[in-house]
Amino acid sequence: MRLLTHNMLSCNIKGVSNGFPLRLEAEKWVEKEVELNADFLRGIFPKIEWKALAGAARALGYNELPDEADASMLDADDFLRRFHHALLELHVEEGALVCPETGRRFPINKGIPNMLLHEDEV
Amino acid sequence: MWYLCVFYHRLLDYRRPEVESLAELFGAFEAAGEGIGGPPPRSLEWRLPENHHIDSPFHFVSLPSEEIARNIAKRSILVKGMYELWGQGSSYEELEKAIRDFPDEKKLPYLTSESTFRIIVDSFGKVISFQEQNERIQGLSYIPFKGRVDLRSPDHKFYLMETDNYGSNNGLPPIVQRAIFFGREVGAADRKLLPTYQLKSRKYLGPTAMDAEIAFLMANQGLAQPGKLVYDPFVGTGSILVAAAHFGAMTMGADIDIRVVRDGRGPDCNVWSNFKQYNLPMPISLLRADNNLPPWRPGLREVFDAIICDPPYGVRAGGRKSGGRKLLKGIVGPYTVPEEKRIDHIPSTAPYSLAECMHDLLDLSAKMLVMGGRLVFFYPVVREDGFTNAELPEHPCFTLVASSEQILSLRYSRYLLTMVKTGPYTEEIAESARKKHLEFKENHLKWLEDGNLHSAVFSPADPQISLSGKSKFDRDSKPKYRGKYV
Repeated sequence: MRLLTHNMLSCNIKGVSNGFPLRLEAEKWVEKEVELNADFLRGIFPKIEWKALAGAARALGYNELPDEADASMLDADDFLRRFHHALLELHVEEGALVCPETGRRFPINKGIPNMLLHEDEV
Repeated sequence: MWYLCVFYHRLLDYRRPEVESLAELFGAFEAAGEGIGGPPPRSLEWRLPENHHIDSPFHFVSLPSEEIARNIAKRSILVKGMYELWGQGSSYEELEKAIRDFPDEKKLPYLTSESTFRIIVDSFGKVISFQEQNERIQGLSYIPFKGRVDLRSPDHKFYLMETDNYGSNNGLPPIVQRAIFFGREVGAADRKLLPTYQLKSRKYLGPTAMDAEIAFLMANQGLAQPGKLVYDPFVGTGSILVAAAHFGAMTMGADIDIRVVRDGRGPDCNVWSNFKQYNLPMPISLLRADNNLPPWRPGLREVFDAIICDPPYGVRAGGRKSGGRKLLKGIVGPYTVPEEKRIDHIPSTAPYSLAECMHDLLDLSAKMLVMGGRLVFFYPVVREDGFTNAELPEHPCFTLVASSEQILSLRYSRYLLTMVKTGPYTEEIAESARKKHLEFKENHLKWLEDGNLHSAVFSPADPQISLSGKSKFDRDSKPKYRGKYV
């Protein structure tokens, strides 16, 4: 699971109102190089919850993202590369996503987050 | 400019929509001054040769430039080639006159002594022997070819195409008059694509893996290209996303079956390995999620450029949703998992009716697609008396731009629907979707029975009707040339 996915997911248990961002508990993660596509990054930037991305990156030991970011920073290659690295090149293989409200753990196994709810959470 | 567009005799309903989609992708409508924000559906101008019907392989299409025509032909699955027509006729005398009348300034640049060329004789509905082909090529000596012949990689390819009055063939309406076309090839399909991606050499397959040809058609309808994000909520073994990734799109997929997305059949036989097999970039994300209760964060809107999928509609594979088996008995009420069993609990799932699945898909797409983004999916329709009475799904955010039928059996067809998001996802639409979601939940059993396609497709024919000699599914009612592949 890459951090782009983390940025899009929330806990959707019935009745939960603050299910985002999910706390990232990573046990194993890897870096994989991905070709940088600037158009894609510029297009996706406005959809990203920056604080959640920076926080998740820090949880994986990557501290190069600023606390805040705005669209004007996309013109700088250096920023674009860091954004790209955090968003697409860090892969969580094993761990869990934890709901900030209920503490429910959504396991991440072989890189696949399991977001399916139990029968009584629907 | 008019081009002769020659199609393969396959998937007849899919041919023009594919060209229209690719025309959009390669900017044919921008050149016409309509801009990206222009109101869809935008369509091309088409003509048929005299006495030809819509299922003929020969069509004329108007495109703004040769470059766009070439790009469309190169990427298309169903276009055999695009040609600049130099002449046509119902006899070789007529053809000669037409070619002689075709302006020199358009012909001579392709006939120079420095260039190499090749002439190919092709036919539809008849076979032309090798000797006859040579005679026909010799017969073109009135065209002043100055260049050298190169059969392997010529600079210019010329096609002589012929179709005759072959009578009615398998129900295909006859072309009443012989027609001969001569033209310069502007662009041709990549014939290596389908053999490379054919399913029989794919490592990881499921029972409903999408055929490579159709998957590429779907990716074309979804305008998959570099920098775009394509999502498949029923990803399975990833066969649709493989096609989208081939065209350079970023891909994301979800499935409710964790064994398929996570495990596959081992470390070298899973969804990831299907991408590795073709050296394609891996999906950005694969996850286990339920399309009925998608886990996307509440404020997330307009992230995907296309949603392309083959929803489970209960004929070959049935859909599942979360909520537990008890829903089967109509029990909606409390269902608790004991505290000590929560950690490793494997939730049971309930069947997912087609109507609910369609509702969820349209709602999710309306929310998650960018404006102008495309939703491309298959929709099953029951056939009766050889006809399909299709009531296609609708949504206020979407405009249907193409619906192409593929007849799967006497009893049912599937339609490939292409919808463009043309309206914003408003609070009112969100509210009515929430109400509908609850309606589906409370009347789970009713919806399941109403939309049961499996019985319509597989139940034996009514014996009383067949005894009277008039079967409901009359074998002659379908034009014989229409079927799974055409």
